[in-house]
Amino acid sequence: MAFRPEHEIYKRRFSRNLGVGLALAAFVALVFALTVVKVKRGEPLEGYDHVVSSSLLPKEEAAP
Amino acid sequence: MTDTTAYQGATATQHEPGFGDYVQLLKPRVMSLVVFTALVGLLVAPVHLHPVEAFSAILFIALGAGASGALNMWWDADIDAVMKRTARRPVPAGKVAGGEALGLGVALSGISVVMLWLATNWVAAALLAFTIFFYAVVYSMWLKRTTPQNIVIGGAAGAFPPMIGWVCATGSVSVEAVLMFALIFMWTPPHFWALALFMKEDYHTAGVPMLTVTHGRKATRVHILVYTLLLVPVALGAAVTSIGGPFTLAVAVVLNAWFVLGAVRIWRRDEPVAEADKYSVEKAFFRFSLLYLFLHFAAFLVELALKSAGIGGW
Repeated sequence: MAFRPEHEIYKRRFSRNLGVGLALAAFVALVFALTVVKVKRGEPLEGYDHVVSSSLLPKEEAAP
Repeated sequence: MTDTTAYQGATATQHEPGFGDYVQLLKPRVMSLVVFTALVGLLVAPVHLHPVEAFSAILFIALGAGASGALNMWWDADIDAVMKRTARRPVPAGKVAGGEALGLGVALSGISVVMLWLATNWVAAALLAFTIFFYAVVYSMWLKRTTPQNIVIGGAAGAFPPMIGWVCATGSVSVEAVLMFALIFMWTPPHFWALALFMKEDYHTAGVPMLTVTHGRKATRVHILVYTLLLVPVALGAAVTSIGGPFTLAVAVVLNAWFVLGAVRIWRRDEPVAEADKYSVEKAFFRFSLLYLFLHFAAFLVELALKSAGIGGW
């Protein structure tokens, strides 16, 4: 018994699913990379919690 | 889904788009111009972003441009269907449903604006949001079908990307950003009117009030010349700012002299002559207009490279 050949509609559906999947994976990777860059820079994340804010210290004390 | 539903015939397959159909909704050719001009705006700015931030900025500006393209295709499907140049677009061709184009456009608009804000700053994100609104609502929904000045005012949407690129880096608008905007803004009318001269039946059939349809072809030729002349001081002005230099100025002089010459040739022709040689001058002007814009922005990049080598800039 011969199998019916795959309908063209499945190819289109697969291309769409693959494209959306890859786009989402790329988006996640990009957000991760952006997060790493922003966190490493640090300035916007400086808060008034239990950490000394270096920008509020006099220059001589803030210097490493 | 079973095989039964998959084989229901034309109605089942008609709205089963492939990934490429969605990409076509984003007008990739327009996006390439947006990417290039936004990249130039970002690179020539005096403040430099981290490469990841710069890449993200360009990506989300391009995505925003694509979103407005999808919204335009959703709204203009009726016009696109009767114009030869646009009849094969995904919505009029029946590959993608109008509602899907709308959904994709709205979703990508939101994603691109929010992500540009997170990646760079809120001013750039606000400018991108305004650009999408301007292209989708002001141009597509309002101006395009009501006034022959549609191209003139609507051209602003295509002119924003280099300004957004600049603002991504600096956080504010300056004279250089305004002049890059003005360069594309003033270039758009002669570019599209030249196209309208040799695609005349398309706009007429679709009932789009292009200048060729409302004011006639002679008036369009005059307008092309006037706008080309108005473009000259803008192009030369950009070349004498901080993003320009002797090289950019030389390129601007040559390009504008050539562009004005083309506009004069169009202005001096009449319809019988143009029809006799199948609008060769108008087509050549249109092709050169693409090169004109590309070379102008490429010159800014070359000037930047020359500056870093210590021999460019003022």
